[in-house]
Amino acid sequence: MSKSPVSFELNGSETSLFVEGGQNLLDALRRGVGDLTPKFGCNQGTCGACTVLIDGQPFLSCLVLAVNAEGRSIETAAGLSDGPSLHPLQQAFIDGFAAQCGYCTPGMLLAAKTLLDRNPNPAREEIAEAISGNLCRCTGYAPIIDAILSAAEIVRRSNRP
Amino acid sequence: MVEVLAFESIAQAAAALRDRTVYLGGGTLVMRAVNFGDSSIERIVLANDPSVKAIRTEGNRVVLGSGATMADVLASKETAFLASVARGIGGPAVRSMATVGGNLFAQHPYGDFAAAILALDAKLSLTDGSEIDMGSFLARRGSLRSLVARIQFERPASGEFHFRKMSRVKPKGVSVISIAALIPNSAGRVSNARIAYCGMGETPVRASAAEAALEGRTLDPQGIAAAVSAASAGLAPPDDAIASSWYRKEVAPVLLRRLLLGEAD
Repeated sequence: MSKSPVSFELNGSETSLFVEGGQNLLDALRRGVGDLTPKFGCNQGTCGACTVLIDGQPFLSCLVLAVNAEGRSIETAAGLSDGPSLHPLQQAFIDGFAAQCGYCTPGMLLAAKTLLDRNPNPAREEIAEAISGNLCRCTGYAPIIDAILSAAEIVRRSNRP
Repeated sequence: MVEVLAFESIAQAAAALRDRTVYLGGGTLVMRAVNFGDSSIERIVLANDPSVKAIRTEGNRVVLGSGATMADVLASKETAFLASVARGIGGPAVRSMATVGGNLFAQHPYGDFAAAILALDAKLSLTDGSEIDMGSFLARRGSLRSLVARIQFERPASGEFHFRKMSRVKPKGVSVISIAALIPNSAGRVSNARIAYCGMGETPVRASAAEAALEGRTLDPQGIAAAVSAASAGLAPPDDAIASSWYRKEVAPVLLRRLLLGEAD
């Protein structure tokens, strides 16, 4: 059985590769493209470590059939920074010690980005809901929520005329 | 290697179903099996059919395309009354993917949306042109040779539809049980209530004894007492890692009372 070609935009760059029939997008990104920021966690859609944005919406890349990414726009945590300038969420996670082992961090960042893109002034409960599909076994979540609140403030300030 | 066949319509995808072939909707069920090397899956069929994602109304009926996701349900004003059900399923990423049609096939303890569809007395339109009610579908869902194209039901009157979910993890977790209920009333008395559980059986099930006990009663502590007492009657919820059968039977009357009286969780 032959492989199939698939092309999509990855963090703003056109990307093409060949994928196997049942291959998931997480595997295609990690092994096919070499973007290691989406993490392999549970492989069953429970942990959120593989979260990517597809056309601006959060998806679990382990449950996306790679061929279904054809023509879509995909964002991973690798695309968050602008060269050496970190995204406010990344900086807030560093400043607030919101990453311990760091395995959940790329998924957390993208779940949080989805929220802040839609609502730059979220309540604590809204943040808890936004990251409710992303498991963290280290932090107890409080530093992550605090970091997202801090990032939201920075985003609001930078959006002011 | 798994073979993937993509079709223009869901009817064409259904026609391609045969042994060792599965239909991929949102992916949350099928890809899980594929990732874990389910050797019974040799072929995946897909439909790039925008009509299966549509949510619309026809007169007083709501028509959900089986490919509509939980995020689509949340975004549509036609299904605002189902927002609490859709919001209770997974985190935002799961809701971007999980479809209404997929939830109808979700194995215990999943299937909160399917319980809502059962409570709403929905009819399912299959790709072979037939129509089947939700109760009959649940009895046959493992042996169907067609796909579900659309789900249709009468829009409930304002305040008639209720949903409660109890999970062990906040803010979100798998249901210990959930209850969806359509509670019409006539002159202040309940008439033809439909109460459906997720988690109280191998598939979503009706709470027939509670429904009967509610007929003609008022929604106050005295009026609902018999229904609450009958909440678990005749049901045999499964034991699993989420909860024991005993615990589910204990939770059912508590959650049903909260739902019927509008009490806080």
